[in-house]
Amino acid sequence: MNQASQATLARARDANLDWRELATRYRVLLVSAFLLAFPLVMPFTALAINILIYGLYALGFNLLFGYLGLLSFGHAALLGAGAYFCGIAIVHFGMPWFAAIAIGVLGGVITAAAIGALATRTRGIYFAMVTLALSQCVYYLFYQAVDWTGGENGLRGINVREIGIFGISFDFINPMTRYYVVAGFVILALIVLSRILASPFGAVIEAVRENEERARASGYNVTLVRLITFILSGAFCGLAGALYALQLSTVPIEIMHYETSGLAVMMCLLGGMGTFFGPFVGAAVFLMLENLVSLWTVHWQLIVGAVFMICVLFFPRGIWGTLTMRGKS
Amino acid sequence: MSAGEIILRTDGVGKSFGKFTALKAVSAEFRRGAITAIIGPNGAGKSTYFNLLCGAFRPSTGRVEFEGRDVTGLPQHRFAHMGVAKSFQITNVFPQLSTHENIRVAAQARVARFDIWRPRARLTELGDEADAILERVGLWDRRERVAGALAHGEQRALEIGMALASRPRLLLLDEPTAGMSPEETRVMMELIVKLAEERTVILVEHKMKLVMGISDRLLVLHHGELLAEGTPDDIRRNETVKRVYLGQREH
Ligand SMILES: Nc1ncnc2c1ncn2[C@@H]1O[C@H](COP(=O)(O)OP(=O)(O)OP(=O)(O)O)[C@@H](O)[C@H]1O
Ligand SMILES: [Mg+2]
Repeated sequence: MNQASQATLARARDANLDWRELATRYRVLLVSAFLLAFPLVMPFTALAINILIYGLYALGFNLLFGYLGLLSFGHAALLGAGAYFCGIAIVHFGMPWFAAIAIGVLGGVITAAAIGALATRTRGIYFAMVTLALSQCVYYLFYQAVDWTGGENGLRGINVREIGIFGISFDFINPMTRYYVVAGFVILALIVLSRILASPFGAVIEAVRENEERARASGYNVTLVRLITFILSGAFCGLAGALYALQLSTVPIEIMHYETSGLAVMMCLLGGMGTFFGPFVGAAVFLMLENLVSLWTVHWQLIVGAVFMICVLFFPRGIWGTLTMRGKS
Repeated sequence: MSAGEIILRTDGVGKSFGKFTALKAVSAEFRRGAITAIIGPNGAGKSTYFNLLCGAFRPSTGRVEFEGRDVTGLPQHRFAHMGVAKSFQITNVFPQLSTHENIRVAAQARVARFDIWRPRARLTELGDEADAILERVGLWDRRERVAGALAHGEQRALEIGMALASRPRLLLLDEPTAGMSPEETRVMMELIVKLAEERTVILVEHKMKLVMGISDRLLVLHHGELLAEGTPDDIRRNETVKRVYLGQREH
């Protein structure tokens, strides 16, 4: 076949874009539009903010789990490091909010690099175990550093009342302002994630997930690919942690508990692993259920657990994954 | 870089799995531009030797030298960077990616391994290159199909395509015709001969007849040892080979 007819074929393919491909192409725009309208339909803005923060955390986890195929049970350490680094920057160093968030991201990155350097040499269940063990070490480290982290009392006094953006001062106590500041960072994260997925490295991530041995034979250093993805994942989780610290004004030590690691797995599976928007859907469903069900029973975890099981059994692609796959043969 | 010089050399390489020695101290030289076939009955150690040549296994003993450089124990991905590509005995593709993407991502390993920012759609030359390779290995009309849905023979061809995408100077093929129909086998053999015009080829095969006609040299492995080495005529005349290898197959 000659070049001209190849080009014609390629153009025919482009013209045949269906709505799903269009939605993929403009995914950041669509999601951003949704996030901007989201608090208007939510009963409590605080819940909407939590959904964003946990959604972002699950998004970071999803990059490693959904896209690269590595199941980590230690992501609480990355979220927690982000929160503590950000909090410490404000409480102990009096840094401005924006710098503190950057420090939080750095915290996620550093912790991910440390855990990843050891864990990415292993695979499968060993990877899950090593990340779990190392995250427990991180937990212990922060627990013991009472002077810096407040130990079991948590880090208190992260009071950010006003934030300046381009010289304009905003009242950060106002929930709506808070929401849109957090949403701004989440949209930024979505843009970055979208670029990573569309980059050459995004193709490498997919290839390694598909077939590690073949990727290696093609010339990819699989261990390094894993480590870099882990660190990127840590950056997203660190950002989520920093926003968490600002939202809560304190960092409880429980944030580093392994239950928080499990939360990422649950939200990701609920929403749909390896989907762009799934983590947010998973976080929303989980947190809304928790909020609603805990109103009328203290055994809310039982109900949420049951919903989770049903989802995993009947919708293995998750809620979002099932919705977007409908009609695709 | 003239044809005829030694491109690859093994010096007493061996491989043990636990107590079991699959390969015992094999020394051999491979000439640039030639087709060399490694033959031997099932379990002779061909794949083990092959995996030492392409860097998938680290040898338990001995050295491997590629283009005059000691490459013993280098990680597998470094072999690809140096210009050594391989196809696996058991088909090994990226099953959920399209045929085109399989080759494109293999080609990408040469130019953009850790770029997390530029859109990959902008690396158009890689897409074109993948298209050219698809044509070459006869998979153009399977371009959009996911690789896992291809027929067995097509997947084997795809694997060769992926190996070509790394522009190797040395192409290593482990039983490229395994499980193929006679017609597919004939097409594949023709392709290999064509590919060998531009690069060195080493292939593993246990059907001896298949490679007699196309190989410049043959190595015969048996029970993990190098039994004989020479031109197809040498091998055909070799009494030991006849006994342990041909005898086994012809009865
Ligand atoms: N990873 C391994 N662990 C243990 N033993 C192995 C391993 N790989 C190969 N062997 C053994 O080493 C011997 C040589 O195997 P190898 O795969 O090299 O044979 P082969 O010549 O390629 O055979 P075939 O024609 O069946 O592909 C066999 O007895 C095999 O069982
Ligand atoms: Mg074999």
